[in-house]
Amino acid sequence: MSSSNNQSNNSPTLQGFLRSDGRKGIRNCIVVAYLVECAHHVAREIVDSFRGQPVHLIGFGGCYPNAYADRMMNKLCTHPNVGGALLLSLGCESFNRHRLAEEIAKTGRPVSTVVIQQTGGTRKSIDAGTKWVEQALKQIAEVPRVPLPVNELVVGTVCGGSDATSGISANPAVGRAFDMLVKQGAATIFEETGEMIGLEGVMSARAITPELGHELKASVEKAAVYYKKMGHASFAPGNAEGGLTTIEEKSIGAYCKSGDSPISGLIKPGDVPRKGGLYLLDVVPDGEPRFGFPNINDNAEIAELIACGSHVILFTTGRGSVVGSAISPVIKICANPETYERMSDDMDVNAGRILCLEASVDEVGKEIYGKVLEIASGVQSCSESLGHQEFVLTYKSFDPIGPACLPM
Amino acid sequence: MQPEGKSRKLLRIHRDDNVLIVVSPVRPGDRDLVDGHELVFTQDIAIGHKVAARDIKVGEKVYKCGVPIGSAKEMIPAGAHMHLHNLKSDYIATYTLDKDNVFVK
Repeated sequence: MSSSNNQSNNSPTLQGFLRSDGRKGIRNCIVVAYLVECAHHVAREIVDSFRGQPVHLIGFGGCYPNAYADRMMNKLCTHPNVGGALLLSLGCESFNRHRLAEEIAKTGRPVSTVVIQQTGGTRKSIDAGTKWVEQALKQIAEVPRVPLPVNELVVGTVCGGSDATSGISANPAVGRAFDMLVKQGAATIFEETGEMIGLEGVMSARAITPELGHELKASVEKAAVYYKKMGHASFAPGNAEGGLTTIEEKSIGAYCKSGDSPISGLIKPGDVPRKGGLYLLDVVPDGEPRFGFPNINDNAEIAELIACGSHVILFTTGRGSVVGSAISPVIKICANPETYERMSDDMDVNAGRILCLEASVDEVGKEIYGKVLEIASGVQSCSESLGHQEFVLTYKSFDPIGPACLPM
Repeated sequence: MQPEGKSRKLLRIHRDDNVLIVVSPVRPGDRDLVDGHELVFTQDIAIGHKVAARDIKVGEKVYKCGVPIGSAKEMIPAGAHMHLHNLKSDYIATYTLDKDNVFVK
């Protein structure tokens, strides 16, 4: 990103880990990536021996090839928060391990592949992998640290375990934080078009070009068709218990996380915004529904936001989700004051104060903005310090975005 | 956030809304002021849930945050809890678990 036009002089400067593509990370981790479920255990055993160190487990469980999973794994292994990658292959899966390793190596990151069948089984593979990670950690400690201005940050947002408080406290507050970040020239990404059904007209009017407006509207319409075919909207029983009644009502919640900035583009999983602004991430597959629900849980969405370059994820929750993620820290913004009381160890920001009439949406928005900078400077988020590193990646299929999706 | 003598339990998010959000648990017998009218609640209503700000007719659009969130399945009197029993989506049916943990529309 190069949007120096928007950056004010007083925005703080952080330190980032410089990568060969010019992007900068706020973390410097090794990912251990299994390329089929059959290699998952070996990968996990390797990661387990580095508890407390920046070694994260990711992977793809499927044995059949999938272009989306290929692209996701590539974008994740070359994410700016990642310093190097160990690939775990059983040896007979379809995943193209050679291509992935080559693509990672091209970025200058240390990479190695352990093929379990060739290495001699479980124990020898764990030993070989562990030895490699030990030396890779030493190697990535040498990565240069350089100034990271706020206008090079990419921040994603997602909601999970929503209740009716999400839409009236935490989500509007994230919207205000997004407005502040966009003003500083950062890139911000919101998502879940399936949760914006009923609001497509309001949203498309915010696009920076009419053509992008059509694309935004079409993405929500695509989501509506897809979810109808699935038979379920993105609405879980816990949402209703929390007071939400319809998908439109839940949509307000998801939608208002986007704030008031103009919408600069529509991206799909793996597309990295080239400059600052607000972007909608279209997570619903193209074509006929083939592999089931667009995203099977919140972590599938988080993985996609990270694949789009997100350094940090703002996760709003009313019911009280506890998840974190591999690769990028998750900041929890709790919408419901009762949930916050009960689960405060897991929550970074108490947006429930808005409902207690103790703080305004603006005040909590500023607190979230400050928290983004604090976490980006190296302080651990609650989910990070609790050791959360959830990750999931499933089958999907996407067409590339059209020319109207990124007008600038 | 709200002037003296006004509701301390219910939050109106947008001026066009015909629903109010419960921000402090409502108990049977509680009274609250809405638009200068006193409402007497007859049931427990949890934080985050909605009540009708005024009488809402069958089929009338229901607004929250100034955005339509569905329409009324029945006549809803001012102060009544609004949820799955009296509010329906205009896009896709809402599935949830009933008291016996069976998926219902």
